[in-house]
Amino acid sequence: MHELSLTQSVVSAITERFGETRISVVRLEIGKLSGVVVDSIRFCFDLVAEGTTLQGARLEIDEPSGSARCRDCAHEFTVDDPIVLCPNCDSANVTVHSGRDMLIKSVEVTPACAPPAAAR
Amino acid sequence: MCATCGCSVTEHDHGHTVTLEQKVLAHNDKLAERNREWLVGQDILAINLMSSPGSGKTTLLERTIRDLAGGPEIAVVEGDQETEFDADRIRATGCRVVQLNTGAGCHLDAEMLHRALHSLDPRPGSLVFVENVGNLVCPALFDLGESGRAVVMSVTEGADKPLKYPHMFRTADVVLLNKVDLLPYVDFAVDRFREYLNRVNPTVELLQVSATRGDGIRDWYTWLSERKSR
Repeated sequence: MHELSLTQSVVSAITERFGETRISVVRLEIGKLSGVVVDSIRFCFDLVAEGTTLQGARLEIDEPSGSARCRDCAHEFTVDDPIVLCPNCDSANVTVHSGRDMLIKSVEVTPACAPPAAAR
Repeated sequence: MCATCGCSVTEHDHGHTVTLEQKVLAHNDKLAERNREWLVGQDILAINLMSSPGSGKTTLLERTIRDLAGGPEIAVVEGDQETEFDADRIRATGCRVVQLNTGAGCHLDAEMLHRALHSLDPRPGSLVFVENVGNLVCPALFDLGESGRAVVMSVTEGADKPLKYPHMFRTADVVLLNKVDLLPYVDFAVDRFREYLNRVNPTVELLQVSATRGDGIRDWYTWLSERKSR
């Protein structure tokens, strides 16, 4: 269940960066070739976020397909399966360009810190 | 700079989006890179040994330590959820060892290896084996800063494992097919295993060994010494 550690990494990266600021939305990108079960991340997120500035935040996860190029026949293709085979010639000799990344894309911070009237 | 969220806008209403584009594993990867730099600087070869539980990692290590005695010093980091059993076995060979217990954790990470290296204090030029937690899934994702990854798989586990656990086999630099002395007694097709392995990792080296009987074990030592002299 490496998703628990990954979720902890997400939460600690955000709390380190934003301190006491409350977070309302967390947007992740988890490529389909990353080896991560997105449902497990969702399951872990509420548990890990509890008691932090991310508690109650909405989690949005984008799961892009992978892209790859066959080194044998030069075919370019998209792929969702972790076993990457060229659909044109069945070769496993492929270069994966994307789809393995796990990124914290952005967060939305809540307006808990309205500036004083004089500053407006 | 905004004091609240650290973004570059000086004044704004909060309730806005801050773009991060940060790798989830950025912290681990940074620590792994530090481990790697330190290991390279010390001329230490660190091999991350991964497999399912019971494939023979510890037996392979016991034999390797005995057979390579007189060569560069060997030190071992043992990763298990619980117990000192494996560390005791390694200690019995006279080798220095640190046991890491991950508790609920299913893999080692770069910070754990960093701490283990501090207490292990391996000599320059030595060989460090990191026996990861027995698990064909989670350890694959975590860079420790190792110099190479060896995946051990035994013939009692079934030839289809590379397709079932592609992430683990994809990241391997070498795969040791262990317990080949049992091949006459189990239904394991080595050719099929090789074919499946090459589907997920076309360039990986496959060594057929028996850690108990010694079959093919020289190939493993050759692989280690070639890796060491890189």
